[in-house]
Amino acid sequence: MAELTYRDAVARGIAQEMERDSNVVFLGEDVARAGGVFKATVGLVDRFGPLRVRDTPISEQAILGAAMGAAMTGLRPIAEIMFADFAAVCFDYIANEFPKLRYMTNGQLGCPLVVRTGNGGGARFGAQHSQSIENWTMMIPGLKVVAPSSPVDVVGLMAAAVRDDNPVIFHEHKSLYATKSEVPDGEIVDTLGTAKILRPGRDATILALALMVPRALAAAETLASEHGIDCEVIDVRSLVPLDTQTILNSVARTGRLFTVEENPRLCGWGAEIASIVADEAFWDLDGPIVRITTPHIPLPAADHLEDLALPSAPRIVERIARVMNGARR
Amino acid sequence: MTSKKDRDGETALKNDDISPDIRQELFRLQVEIRDCEKRANDLFFQNMIKGTSHLSLGQEAIAAGMAMAMQPGDKSFCTYRGHAHTLARGVPMEKVLGELMLRDNGLMRGKGGSMHLTSVEHGVMGSYAIIGAHLPIACGAAWRAQYLGQDDVSVCFFGDGTTNIGAFHEALNFAAIWKLPVVFVCENNLYMEYTLTSEITAVEHPAADRASAYGLERIVIDGNDADVVYRTAQAAFAKARSGGGPSMIECMTYRHSGHSRADPAKYRPPGELERWLEKDPIKIYRTRLAEFGVPEARIRAIEEESKRKVDEATEVCKASPPAPAELLTTDVYADGGWAWRN
Repeated sequence: MAELTYRDAVARGIAQEMERDSNVVFLGEDVARAGGVFKATVGLVDRFGPLRVRDTPISEQAILGAAMGAAMTGLRPIAEIMFADFAAVCFDYIANEFPKLRYMTNGQLGCPLVVRTGNGGGARFGAQHSQSIENWTMMIPGLKVVAPSSPVDVVGLMAAAVRDDNPVIFHEHKSLYATKSEVPDGEIVDTLGTAKILRPGRDATILALALMVPRALAAAETLASEHGIDCEVIDVRSLVPLDTQTILNSVARTGRLFTVEENPRLCGWGAEIASIVADEAFWDLDGPIVRITTPHIPLPAADHLEDLALPSAPRIVERIARVMNGARR
Repeated sequence: MTSKKDRDGETALKNDDISPDIRQELFRLQVEIRDCEKRANDLFFQNMIKGTSHLSLGQEAIAAGMAMAMQPGDKSFCTYRGHAHTLARGVPMEKVLGELMLRDNGLMRGKGGSMHLTSVEHGVMGSYAIIGAHLPIACGAAWRAQYLGQDDVSVCFFGDGTTNIGAFHEALNFAAIWKLPVVFVCENNLYMEYTLTSEITAVEHPAADRASAYGLERIVIDGNDADVVYRTAQAAFAKARSGGGPSMIECMTYRHSGHSRADPAKYRPPGELERWLEKDPIKIYRTRLAEFGVPEARIRAIEEESKRKVDEATEVCKASPPAPAELLTTDVYADGGWAWRN
């Protein structure tokens, strides 16, 4: 057991899988010699060589297209899209090619690959390098979508993603790269499609993803100590497959549901979950489902403005306390 | 060139690099593609094919010449105008027509349709309907061959219109820097869809002139002569197999019909189609076979056999049921189903 940063967990997860299976290859911009612009893949090229860990030109379509061609003929590629925002440059592969291949060919071909993205805000990069795009990928049938919040989940979910026979979009959060926690030694393999209850509670359920997870946990502590509200915090982790049972069971216990989403308001992942809970657990609810999200705006670069935009622990506390104390919204 | 009858009564050819068997096979493939495409056209007008369809009438020599030069393990990456390339790899007509007719006997049981013909067992790794998408994908398949030390070649077909989209340029650079065993084949039929490519492209030869910019040889050939295509393909495939890297082959050709079933091709200047019909690949090749001493009776037999095959395939498809309802939700995910939640 040792402390590991989220950043180093990325390299450890990839290395664990490359060590196990020589068909696992890794490509992206500045990922090999430079070790990645976020330094999340340092050392991989030295360990596995330049034929398995390959620097590419700034060609997002070629990166994802090549990953797909390799995946459908026997390799298990991991491709990096440096900033998640750049997914828009190569969205054809994410929306039209990877997820439809198996269906359109009636199962003749599959696309077992992982696309890593540097997702999310908080780094003062402005509107085109800060977006949370998990909902862009969640909406497409045929993809799997995960977004880990801790180093141990990075390692375990990376392993699960690489071993999965489907295209998996793996959203790493840029503002979590420097965070640290204990990670067990040895091989770690997690399961896609499983949410984790990080803090049990009786009064309300809070769902969060990636950077919103530590904020939701901090908010839950304050809500308990200052407002006497005992919140259960669930790290959703995997948007597709979605662990609805963990969520529905929690709502059955607490009777209240809050989502904390970094994505802009419209069509955020919480909207889909709110719809499922309203359909299937309406009579378990003691009050309205409330979504706490980034407002429906592009993200500003200025630090004080960006901090106002993204859900913060104090904002989560304020909103939940107000709603739980009887306010309509 | 000289020729003599051999003891079996077949024609043996001297001073020629293409054997009589291969010549007859090249002719057979072109004729069968032509007949199958014409049948597809007829079935549209009988309302037996829904959706859209993009025919290769007039472009058969490219599919035939390329496929004849391929080895069984080689991979074809086609476009929505991909019926010809699929048939050329030996996929049975009834599987192709069945998919066009969206019947259960089709290649993908009706789940893909005309624009996505795929037959992995024949090396047809899909037909791609988003312009340019499959050039990087073919690069990836070639990268796999290079990485695993396998000697198959990835062959990627596309039209002149593809040369102006970004993925084309990303793929060429990628293939060149990684020296990938991929062969890009541009079927330049002069029109992107309804617009002349020459009017919207900065260079005369949209694929070959760009290839030079990525350090590749500038190759422009007569795409209506199956012999020329076959020879050029052999050289490019040999280069790819021996580690020599990618090639770009621009094949000049002409589609006899419009872009898709919706297009009567009224934008063509008078006389243009007639001029190209003089250069019809099948007409050229029929004359070629006769020049090389293939008896008229043999040529006719190939033609009649083709018509019989198309008729038989059509009947099989007409008798096949539509795709069953349970296929709606199969193969979304690798477990065979579509579950996105528990």
